[in-house]
Amino acid sequence: MAVCVAVIAKENYPLYIRSIPTENELKFHYMVHTSLDVVDEKISAMGKALVDQRELYLGLLYPTEDYKVYGYVTNSKVKFVMVVDSSNTALRDNEIRSMFRKLHNSYTDVMCNPFYNPGDRIQSRAFDSMVTSMMIQVC
Amino acid sequence: MSPTQWDFPVELCCRPMAFVTLTGLDVVYNAVHRAVWDAFCANRRADRVPISFKVLPGDHEYPKCRPKRTSYEWYIPKGILKTGWMNKHLNLVPALVVVFYELDWDEPQWKEKQSECATRVEIVRQSLQGRNTKVAVVLIQKKTPLPPGEDVTASERAAALCNACELSGKSLFVLPHTDHLVGYIIRLENAFYEHAQTYYYTEIRRVKSHKEFLNKTTHQLLFVRHQFKIAFFSELKQDTQNALKNYRTAYNLVHELRAHETNILEIKTMAGFINYKASVTYPNPDPLETQTGVLDFYGQRSWRQGVLSFDLSDPEKEKVGILAIQLKERSVVHSEIIITLLSNAVAQFKKYKCPRMKSHLMVQMGEEYYYAKDYTKALKLLDYVMCDYRSEGWWTLLTSILTTALKCSYLMAQLKDYITYSLELLGRASTLKDDQKSRIEKNLINVLMNESPDPEPDCDVLAVKTAQKLWSDRVSLAGSGVFTIGVQDFVPFVQCKAKFHAPSFHVDVPVRFDIYLKADCPHPIRFSKLCVSFNNQEYNQFCVIEEATKASEVLENLTQGKMCLVPGKTRKFLFKFVAKTEDVGKKIEITSVDLVLGHETGRCVVLNWQGGGGDAASSQEALQASRSFKRRPKLPDNELHWDSIVIQASTMIISRVPNISVHLRHDPPALTNEMYCLVVTVESHEKTRIRDVKLTAGLKPGQDANLTQKTHVSLHGTELCDESYPALLTDIPVGDLHPGEQLEKMLYVRCGTVGSRMFLVYVSYLINTTIEDKEIVCKCHKDETVTIETVFPFDVAVKFVSTKFEHLERVYADIPFLLMTDLLSASPWALTIVSSELQLAPSMTPVDQLESQVDKVVLQTGESASECFCLRCPSVGNVEGGVATGHYIISWKRTSAMGNVPVISTAVTLPHVIVENIPLHVNADLPSFGRVRESLPVRYHLQNKTSLVQDVEISVEPSDAFMFSGLKQIRLRILPGTEQEMLYNFYPLMAGYQQLPSLNVNLLRFPHFTNQLLRRFIPTSIFVKPQGRLVDDTSIAAA
Repeated sequence: MAVCVAVIAKENYPLYIRSIPTENELKFHYMVHTSLDVVDEKISAMGKALVDQRELYLGLLYPTEDYKVYGYVTNSKVKFVMVVDSSNTALRDNEIRSMFRKLHNSYTDVMCNPFYNPGDRIQSRAFDSMVTSMMIQVC
Repeated sequence: MSPTQWDFPVELCCRPMAFVTLTGLDVVYNAVHRAVWDAFCANRRADRVPISFKVLPGDHEYPKCRPKRTSYEWYIPKGILKTGWMNKHLNLVPALVVVFYELDWDEPQWKEKQSECATRVEIVRQSLQGRNTKVAVVLIQKKTPLPPGEDVTASERAAALCNACELSGKSLFVLPHTDHLVGYIIRLENAFYEHAQTYYYTEIRRVKSHKEFLNKTTHQLLFVRHQFKIAFFSELKQDTQNALKNYRTAYNLVHELRAHETNILEIKTMAGFINYKASVTYPNPDPLETQTGVLDFYGQRSWRQGVLSFDLSDPEKEKVGILAIQLKERSVVHSEIIITLLSNAVAQFKKYKCPRMKSHLMVQMGEEYYYAKDYTKALKLLDYVMCDYRSEGWWTLLTSILTTALKCSYLMAQLKDYITYSLELLGRASTLKDDQKSRIEKNLINVLMNESPDPEPDCDVLAVKTAQKLWSDRVSLAGSGVFTIGVQDFVPFVQCKAKFHAPSFHVDVPVRFDIYLKADCPHPIRFSKLCVSFNNQEYNQFCVIEEATKASEVLENLTQGKMCLVPGKTRKFLFKFVAKTEDVGKKIEITSVDLVLGHETGRCVVLNWQGGGGDAASSQEALQASRSFKRRPKLPDNELHWDSIVIQASTMIISRVPNISVHLRHDPPALTNEMYCLVVTVESHEKTRIRDVKLTAGLKPGQDANLTQKTHVSLHGTELCDESYPALLTDIPVGDLHPGEQLEKMLYVRCGTVGSRMFLVYVSYLINTTIEDKEIVCKCHKDETVTIETVFPFDVAVKFVSTKFEHLERVYADIPFLLMTDLLSASPWALTIVSSELQLAPSMTPVDQLESQVDKVVLQTGESASECFCLRCPSVGNVEGGVATGHYIISWKRTSAMGNVPVISTAVTLPHVIVENIPLHVNADLPSFGRVRESLPVRYHLQNKTSLVQDVEISVEPSDAFMFSGLKQIRLRILPGTEQEMLYNFYPLMAGYQQLPSLNVNLLRFPHFTNQLLRRFIPTSIFVKPQGRLVDDTSIAAA
């Protein structure tokens, strides 16, 4: 389903990034990193007034030949970026949206862990397996 | 340069010209025809009409015209514009076909020739079936024609020929083969041009006529196609204005197209074409003669041509197709083009504020330069973007960039860069595997030992050869120096933290601090020197560890090698030094820590940490560590968790703790203006003699400035101090003190105003002490502050009363009154009034002696002392605000004060008094008491105080208690300044306090003079004693 899932801290450094092992990992890192430009722009375009009722899902950030990059930003400015194969036509906006929601829930669980120090890299088995399930489904 | 798919096709770029074909010319064998053709071709300058000519055989097959559609109802276009269309109209379908035929008007075999010509025209017409292409006939004649109208045969035969060929007269031309060939040709050309324009005009009309059959839903693409065609035909017609107009319309129509990922490239390409057409002002035809691909429609994918559905029918095919294109791309790797495109992209993303995209492209550019073997540029670009990735903490990406950069620096044998990148690739930010790290570390050690490193993997073989040569050159150039690398901008593999043991140190104890070092590389690494620099550089010499020095005392817990850092272990180095006494009160800061790897004699790297350590990543790490609640696993006693070490890069040097006591003895509160005595006792508890004891005492600085003016301090209590004395006495030398000795110093403070003041007593001294076998002279000081309240010693109340002790609002001129002073002690201590003095103003005169009545009186708290003076005030006329009375001066001291303590004089300004003149003063002479039935003589004196003669009416009203004799009612005159006596004899009838018969005086000139006023001067009652018993003492005895 997804070929790369990333969680980016408020300060824009990666908290978690995982891509399918068959592809060049570096490529996805670059892709996620460059997508932050669009995320930044979208966040700043939303303005401060509508912070409360704004939509967390940012939609398609940018398409490339092979992939589509989607973004999601939490209220605490933690960003989720998901890269999906562009040939995968089964994935519509709604599916992506629900995947992000799942990711957010799982991230919230990680944050609720009293032993997790916010800002550290995410090392959670539950989160890992959730991401794995999102990446496997179609492959 | 071969054209890529991104270049515009030739047919788009060339200048469209009307296409005219010439048939019937044998340019190879016939010299005449050759000359004609040359005249058409040669010298085609700008002044000639824009026509593109082509010689074709008479039986040439022109492209077949497709059967015309009658309805568009079921037609669905497969794309915007077919690839062949432009070429077709530029080079294949002519606007005009010219048939050349050799025929003179006087041709003997006219009939045969005429029908042959008609056949040729017919053949041309056949192959142009269905097209609107015009046909013209040119007769090549040997004779010069006669002027029109003169040759009758000519006009007859011409009409016949037109008839036979089904031509209009305008389409038949004559070309005499004479000297003026070029002139004729130009005239012909112009005629052809007109025909061509007519042709293109009809073509435009034809395309326009399709429009009404189209609908917006299915024929969106056709709108663009038709608009483009109209514009293109206009261009062929050389109608620039309409062409531009139509291209613009087409461009707008392109925008309305439904764009989807599958057709976005097609739309983009067409938009680009149209935009090009609309903006380029007709350039000369591109000389490149290349046919572009074999696509039917521009910008469509070859594996799904003409597919309009947005959903991809065959994703597998799509994937393969994309892969194929990418493969094709790979086979034409051309770094230069890529770099140019990338740099354009960088500029674009920079403009639209996408810093990360820009960085990514710059990385790609750098890598492309690396492939192109331009390592200098590659390194420059990579170095530029590294800090962006570093500051955002994308370590994977940073590692990848660093790896490429390391390769570049290796291939160029750039020592410093090579070392810097190695340092970071070995550090904790690097995501390299341990085996890679080991390899890099080994190389780094080699470089530091002045040897060549092993080549980096996956480098170009030839480049490696060159690099090896460069490196060996470097080696032979021995001693190529010391590289100082500031680490604050990157993440090296050695971390450093400096920590003073305390935020402040007393000057008599050594300053101690630790330097913690930790290596992150896979193997232990040796260093040759560790030194610390301070803001006061004199301490630098004490904080150096070198291989040569005996390091055992500063290194703790040595497992192996003194100067060796074991990966992952925190190593602590303790330093201590004795602070200079001049630095007391100053801050000592670590400005930098230098760690030397390699040997200073050969190659070495100096890692330089600014301040107390820390690099590009450590601040974020420290923040995370401080947030963490995680309990760290227990380590052996002398080991520390790196994260738990907090940098403390500065400390204060403070003076030695004093070992003396300072006591103050005094009796508060202070009284205003007195010499208030403060006894300071200093006692030394030091072990040795203290020297140069100095006392600073007085008003503590920093209080209200007015207090400084009104406070004076003196060491001598025997004399009063005045304004010239300071508020603070500084550095009074009091000599030396032996251990246990104590000294006392008296201090006198004079406070001129009431209120509370802070006083400071500051004792400083010098003492010799020894630390770390060094003798130093320490300056110690101790201070005490005390707050002292100042109060008035007494309150003075003054009042004016009449001689009858009645309160007076005002006094009357020349009439005596009393001044009463009342001194109420407010001091908690007993006061001795030494004396008092009344200093009268010149306007006042004493009635009797002004002797002090309170001399030597001692007043306890709350007691008061009063005095009374009888005064008179001569007439002064009307003075605004009253008349000054004078001063009351009290000389006093504390009763407890010693004899030599000066007496303080306090002057009280007496209030002003209002003086009023009265016209008549009356006073009475009468005994102090009366006795029943004994005559009581009373004499009233009436004094005229005016300069006028006064008429006075006097009457005495009878009283029950008295009988009296004298004038009961009288009217008399009193001359100015004189007085009149009235004598009465009162005879009291009752005992007790009795009302006298009241005297009423009425001044005729001064109606305001009332009896009320009069009563102030004369008594109104008298005490009458009962009749005495002395006379009839016997009768009582008898009774």
